[in-house]
Amino acid sequence: MKKALSIMLLSILALSLFASGSKEEGTEIYFLNYKPEIAEVYENEVKPAFEAENPGYVLKVVTAASNQYQTTLRSELAKSDPPVIFQVNGPVGIQENVDNVAPMQDMDFYALLADKSMALSLDGNVVAVPYAVEGFGIIYNDAIMRAYFALPDKAVSITSAEEITDFETLKAVVEDMTAHKDELGIQGVFASTSFAPGSEWRWTTHLINPALQAEFGDRATVFSSPTFDFAYNENFRAIFDLYLDNSVTAKGLVASKADADSMAEFALGQCAMVQNGNWAAAQILGQAGVKVAEEDIKFLPLYMGLEGEKNKGLNIGTENYLSINRNASSEAIEGADVFLTWLYSSETGKKLVSQSLLFITPFSSFSADEMPDDPLARQVNLWMNKDGITSVDWVFQGIPSEQWKADFAQAMLEYINGRNSWDDVVSTAQSAWAREAEIAGR
Amino acid sequence: MDKSLRKYFPLFALPALLCFTVSFLIPMVWGAVLSFCSFSTITNAEFVGLSNYVRAFTIDNYFTSALLFTLAFTVVTVITINILAFALALMLTRGIPCTNAFRTIFFMPNLIGGIILGWIWQMIINGFLAYYEKTLLSDSIYGFWGLVILMNWQNVGYMMVIYIAAIQNIPEDMLEAAMIDGANGRTTLFRIIIPSVMPSITICLFLTTTNGFKLYDQNLALTNGAPNHGTEMLALNIFNTFYSRVGFEGVGQAKAVLFTILVALIALMQLYFTRSKEVES
Repeated sequence: MKKALSIMLLSILALSLFASGSKEEGTEIYFLNYKPEIAEVYENEVKPAFEAENPGYVLKVVTAASNQYQTTLRSELAKSDPPVIFQVNGPVGIQENVDNVAPMQDMDFYALLADKSMALSLDGNVVAVPYAVEGFGIIYNDAIMRAYFALPDKAVSITSAEEITDFETLKAVVEDMTAHKDELGIQGVFASTSFAPGSEWRWTTHLINPALQAEFGDRATVFSSPTFDFAYNENFRAIFDLYLDNSVTAKGLVASKADADSMAEFALGQCAMVQNGNWAAAQILGQAGVKVAEEDIKFLPLYMGLEGEKNKGLNIGTENYLSINRNASSEAIEGADVFLTWLYSSETGKKLVSQSLLFITPFSSFSADEMPDDPLARQVNLWMNKDGITSVDWVFQGIPSEQWKADFAQAMLEYINGRNSWDDVVSTAQSAWAREAEIAGR
Repeated sequence: MDKSLRKYFPLFALPALLCFTVSFLIPMVWGAVLSFCSFSTITNAEFVGLSNYVRAFTIDNYFTSALLFTLAFTVVTVITINILAFALALMLTRGIPCTNAFRTIFFMPNLIGGIILGWIWQMIINGFLAYYEKTLLSDSIYGFWGLVILMNWQNVGYMMVIYIAAIQNIPEDMLEAAMIDGANGRTTLFRIIIPSVMPSITICLFLTTTNGFKLYDQNLALTNGAPNHGTEMLALNIFNTFYSRVGFEGVGQAKAVLFTILVALIALMQLYFTRSKEVES
């Protein structure tokens, strides 16, 4: 009996040893993905296609949860099997990962980049290459807008959403639409101003961008500025209040709404407008029971009464840069180059990028007809090439730290809750900037 | 027997000791060392002295406010959880029908993970507050009581089981003697039952105190510290410090060391005071 027992135990031990010994074959390329909305595409389409065409490599894609990328990245980098491809969101991101970014100027992937000035450098080395250009603004449902402009008793003289070119017109239209919301069959003009924890990014990075650009001018100035006056806070407040007062959701309830809720409201036709970027196309069209037609999804710039905004377009830029981890094994780094070059230049890869990942890429390997075929990407393209319109660059990359965004978001939330005056929001934005800039060594 | 025990002790204890050293002792010592360093991964640490500890308090006042919030939360939950659990235990040891079913039901919330509990209660409370056009994040007071309710719901059942076991262990003849001597319910409770279950009260107080201080996942899921850090507890603040800025890993680590010392001190003190009240049966 005892003997049988010990043999059994030994065999279990042996089995478990064998079990841990077997592993997938090939060099592992570990990619830490930033975009949860396309995590499934990487897992279900990109991975099998890449591995089929490149035997000897195993692609491992891990996706960080919304708003948790830096956190996830830092703990993953400390592991013995760290990611080899990771995302940085601009110069601040490079600073955060100064010990990890590898030189990329000799990689085939870098050679694909059409405009080399878009890459980010550190001490004379190229360390981050952008992979997707994106645009954000106010997304609107043209069907609802047409219904509004067909109303006999509308209060504005314009006849289509395309004629909205400044904040005054936008405000007049939105407020009149709210007055007619029952006739239009909507619950509010704007989708919820999402303020659930982790869903504040549409305001703390995107909505602030035109105000930052108006104050500082360009990205480099934002990035080096030790102080922030928030000179255009009244403009910011004007559009922020417009969002809040003409919303699907009552002001007091926005803290229970996530950004996914807002996108669902738009997709289901409960509202006419939502502020977001072209990456949301997949989210809108993938919504179960989607009511908005593909050809009715269009973009308006973020109008907030800034000077010369008639001639300003969407906020177009990128915070999507890929970096290579210099602490990964040389085989993995080589594999990373193989993977990225494959994804952005091979026929299969390019098809995946333009049809499934829906990126507008900055690479010379893509021809004009290989742009993604979703309505918002087409709109971004349209706005980029409009006569007399200049796009607003993504200067928010220069925000000194995540803590500034968090503090600013909380100040706005307290303003919504009625426990902060707008002046408190402004002073928080200023003092937090000064503090964070000092910590960042500006 | 003794001799063979001594002979084989290393063989049997070694695996456990090894695990304990690798997964507890070394990380703990290394963690304390790191709190005096500036680092981004644990392998590139650089000694910076006490500056992390100074920055923990000077950079913003969130750590102190988290400390006060946690203290208030712990005091309230220790009292409510133990009173409720004890009351339930008393009721469920009287032989009323379906006792076992009730015990199981009260214990069940304890089997659900903290994050899920946080989401469940977020929905319930937000659903309730929506009637008044408010949410959990409208005011930190909602978050506070939300957390208290959640914590009670989760922990009362567990503490109840401990109290039930203790109450059932009180010798029947003691209660009978008290009854014959004419003790009323109140006297029996305070003179017989409570002194006899004092060891369990020690355990439950210890558990609820440390649970209150260490609370993290429920806090994260329910409010994530919002609004404006008003419901941020110590553990969450430490985590946020660690990750929200470049170069603040050391500060987070320093806060964590302070946190460990604080919890250990409070737990030991409280253990000492309640132990002295225990009676030998």
